[in-house]
Amino acid sequence: MSTVQTQVSPAQAQVAFISSSIGKKIFQAITGLFLFLFVTGHMVGNLQIFLGQDQLNTYAQALKNLPALIWSVRILMFIFFAIHIWRGIQLYFENKFSRPISYVRNATVQAPLSSRTMIFSGAGILLYVVYHLLHFTFITTNPQYAGLHDTLGRHDVYSMIILGYQNIAISAVYLVAMFFLCYHLSHAIPSFMQTIGINNQKWEPRLKVLGYLIAVVIFFGYSVIPAAVLSNFIVLPEGVH
Amino acid sequence: MNFKLHVWRQKNAAAKGRMEQYEARDINGDMSFLEMLDVVNEDLVEKGIDPIHFDHDCREGICGACSLVINGLPHGGMTGTTCEVRMRLFKDGSTIYIEPFRAKAFPVIKDLTVDRTSIDRVMQAGGFVSTHTGAATDANAILIPKDKAEEAMDAAACIGCGACVAACKNASGMLFVAAKVSQLALLPQGQAERERRVNKMVAQMDIEGFGNCTNYFECEAVCPKDISVKFIAKMNREYMRALVK
Amino acid sequence: MKLDSKVPSGPLEQKWQKHQFEMKLVNPANKRKYSAIVVGTGLAGASAAASLAELGYEVKAFCFQDSSRRAHSISAQGGINAAKNYQNDGDSVYRLFYDTIKGGDFRSREANTYRLAEVSNNIIDQCAAQGVPFAREYGGTLANRSFGGAQVSRTFYARGQTGQQLLLGAYSALMRQVGLGKVKMYPRTEMQDVVLIDGHAKGIVVRDMVTGEISSHAADAVVLATGGYGRVFYLSTMGLGCNVTAAYRAYKKGALFANPCFTQIHPTCIPHTGDYQCKLTLMSESLRNDGRIWVPGAKDEQRAPGQIPENERDYYLERKYPSFGNLAPRDISSRSAKEACDDGRGIGPSRYGVYLDFSDAINRLGKDVIKERYGNLFEMYELINDENPYEVPMRIYPASHYTMGGLWVDYNLMSNIPGLHVIGEANFSDHGANRLGASALMQGLADGYFVLPYTIGDYFVREGAKNISTDRPEFREAEEAVTMRIKKLLDVGGKQTPDSFHKRLGQIMWEKAGMARNEKGLKEALQEIPALREEFWNDVNVLGSADEMNMNVERAARVADFLEFAEIFCLDALDREESCGAHFREEYQTEEGEAVRNDKKYAYVAAWEHKGVGQKPELHKEDLQFESVQLATRSYK
Repeated sequence: MSTVQTQVSPAQAQVAFISSSIGKKIFQAITGLFLFLFVTGHMVGNLQIFLGQDQLNTYAQALKNLPALIWSVRILMFIFFAIHIWRGIQLYFENKFSRPISYVRNATVQAPLSSRTMIFSGAGILLYVVYHLLHFTFITTNPQYAGLHDTLGRHDVYSMIILGYQNIAISAVYLVAMFFLCYHLSHAIPSFMQTIGINNQKWEPRLKVLGYLIAVVIFFGYSVIPAAVLSNFIVLPEGVH
Repeated sequence: MNFKLHVWRQKNAAAKGRMEQYEARDINGDMSFLEMLDVVNEDLVEKGIDPIHFDHDCREGICGACSLVINGLPHGGMTGTTCEVRMRLFKDGSTIYIEPFRAKAFPVIKDLTVDRTSIDRVMQAGGFVSTHTGAATDANAILIPKDKAEEAMDAAACIGCGACVAACKNASGMLFVAAKVSQLALLPQGQAERERRVNKMVAQMDIEGFGNCTNYFECEAVCPKDISVKFIAKMNREYMRALVK
Repeated sequence: MKLDSKVPSGPLEQKWQKHQFEMKLVNPANKRKYSAIVVGTGLAGASAAASLAELGYEVKAFCFQDSSRRAHSISAQGGINAAKNYQNDGDSVYRLFYDTIKGGDFRSREANTYRLAEVSNNIIDQCAAQGVPFAREYGGTLANRSFGGAQVSRTFYARGQTGQQLLLGAYSALMRQVGLGKVKMYPRTEMQDVVLIDGHAKGIVVRDMVTGEISSHAADAVVLATGGYGRVFYLSTMGLGCNVTAAYRAYKKGALFANPCFTQIHPTCIPHTGDYQCKLTLMSESLRNDGRIWVPGAKDEQRAPGQIPENERDYYLERKYPSFGNLAPRDISSRSAKEACDDGRGIGPSRYGVYLDFSDAINRLGKDVIKERYGNLFEMYELINDENPYEVPMRIYPASHYTMGGLWVDYNLMSNIPGLHVIGEANFSDHGANRLGASALMQGLADGYFVLPYTIGDYFVREGAKNISTDRPEFREAEEAVTMRIKKLLDVGGKQTPDSFHKRLGQIMWEKAGMARNEKGLKEALQEIPALREEFWNDVNVLGSADEMNMNVERAARVADFLEFAEIFCLDALDREESCGAHFREEYQTEEGEAVRNDKKYAYVAAWEHKGVGQKPELHKEDLQFESVQLATRSYK
């Protein structure tokens, strides 16, 4: 049988970095990094709820007074998120097609389930993000939040959050979503290190643990808010209901 | 020992294949997996049934010809290659599933035999140092520190069997490509073509239809020569380095 | 037929240089007009195909494996010799030459062996330049070790995988040329015949092992790099695909087969344990550096090795060869193991095995040192035998390993058929009656990188580019003969599998033409082989059809050739009434059991010419002239 001499032409060799298999992965890693930074920043912002109504609403108002910043971040995040999702779906299908006939018997040695379900945990996060935006940002689902103002006349984000999470169903959905996020990150963080090349034999197990740790911190950092609300550790300011 | 085998049979590349059942009787635990198949094949031939075709040659774990996915894992997921796996490692009376390496880049030719010429084509794209016979300087004129030479050897140990591709949930070829890219990137001899090599090999790897690496590390787990995924990280670095250089 | 070795005149040290100057050169612009076919892509074939393509010739390369990276050269573990003298321990080209010719028991051609030693240094340079990761010292220079009883450290190595790394180097050079379009590669393609046009080898007929298609390829020269025929013993350390077919087909077309009885038996292999086995695994010879070989002093010993006291053990190599001891050369070590077992003192289930014991070394050096030196080999042994060699002595036994004999070639590596070149293990030229450890890789690469690319050019210029078409009747006839032969195999419709015949042939050969031969046994073998061949053609069972991937056809065709080839092997062993190197005739030994060489009568290359199947081939002798060395008796006492 003669070999098919598929040769790489110079044009193919210079195929755009981003459309190569490694390029796609690096894009996924870098967009993921920005999303992760956003998630971390957002968490830190949210945690100000424990500093009281005034602090949180001041912070919210401060952001509102910087529309240029907030909108550029929003647009960038939207772009990163879109790329991350689009590439994720593309990779998923490309990878499916790379093995047209699957094995009758499948076995796995060391790939954790989280690594094999990134597309699903990702989809879970996406669904939640859409709901979350409709819930708190565009308040489409709960238009009554528009009328919440604190004593200084600022939009009362503090009360809005508490009202939101007093609803057990909303809190439950939130916790599930945070679990997806944590699960996604537990593979994403070591995977990021590997993809951008910060990995060696010595560091591989350490990075894996680091990934899990960060994922768990994010999970608790977010989940502590509905937990505090439901356990009445944080309560609505007087007069709000 | 006796075993029940479920084996993928496929007459040729165009035919539709299916799993068939065979019995392996009176198997000695010291037999290698392929010797067990030899015994089954001799029996099949005597019955007038076409024997099970599979690739093999050296039978000592170095040529990389033998393949087979045994119970869902390339080379049975055990130490070494399929030809080194001994039957005593299986439970007497158990059922064993035997399938070909499956990947778009490794089409089945017959039964358990697959076409792995895609590996050769990736090598043709850049898996070499462009040196002309006779053009070499004295070997000791190129000094290579022991640890660098050892690390290059770790990567060079790849036997090109393709188990990494077969094990990867995405049928990605990153581990074997990374092994060659890393070996030559670590050595002074490989510097002249360092960027060109990684670009061309990755491009060819993509053309061949291997999947993308999503860092499952299943490749490393089944590699009979214990090639580390750190070389994939290295190849990723090399690829980015080539972009900015 | 007068055999002309074409060895250039002049002092030994200047022959090759002089010859290189005298050979004609092909004008660079004309190189692409010449084409070569290379069959086999192991060390010799891949290096030759790549080097020829680099020069500008059009090359087609063929291998039966699915990739040229899988050729059996890959299995060589120990290393490759070169006369670099990097260790400053007194090595030189002349010393490597002398060790090789002495190791070969003075049955090789002086000039060829000298050239081999001469180009050995270039090989190391070439391979290092390709990125072969040779072992290094901390300072970055190349590391060496002493190997196979050599008195100097001249062996270069890449862990225990030197053959693999050198082959991958040659393979990468070949792949580069394939990528550049200068070599067309045909994997899974098996050569079936050589095609002669006006007496010159101008093409081959091949079978596509995937589709079964028979086709022809023409070129200005044919190069066979098809390896050795060790699988004539059925059980050997060689890859299962290794076969004699290409060389034997060329023999049937008139090429002479030289010294077929010179086959090397490697002393340290894992013993045979059952009928199902088709392959014996080699354990690196380096184990003999620290292991002590022994058998029980008494016959039919039933006790476990640990229960046999020291004074009831026979460390036979140390006893017989006090100065070399356990490091005695391969043939001596192998034969001594056989003697002990024939004497009823063998060990293990089959009683054909001897102990290789590390307990003294472990006591002296500690388990960690032994683990560091041989850890991977010990693991491999335990995997295969389910015994822990740190606690129980290893069991080893000799096995067929390398064949020094092969197609006869002249100094230009061309056979007596003009245009047919033979390189690597497939030819007979450099090792004489025995090969030294770490010299096989050296010869394969010497031929492929540094000899053939020069000498083939000379042939091209002398003959001119012929641009032969495969439409010629010679190709049609050869294709038809190949097709008919496969059809004949399929039509037998018997009961026994090809492998069962191969096994039986192997038994005859191992018992009667193995490590020790005698006239009676060889004559018996010469009766039994034709009878087995006849039975084969009456009762072989070859299933399936010719036009598909069919391992039955592949195996049957190879076994059929072995069944014919075995006969010239035994004839050659019978003819050579002396003991030399790996060829040990029991009639020719001293009272102490040492080999007795007969330089007066047998200092020749025995080259056999085919006269028809079942007919006695004609013997042609090339007398060996030794101008530079004194014929000494090998002594390892």
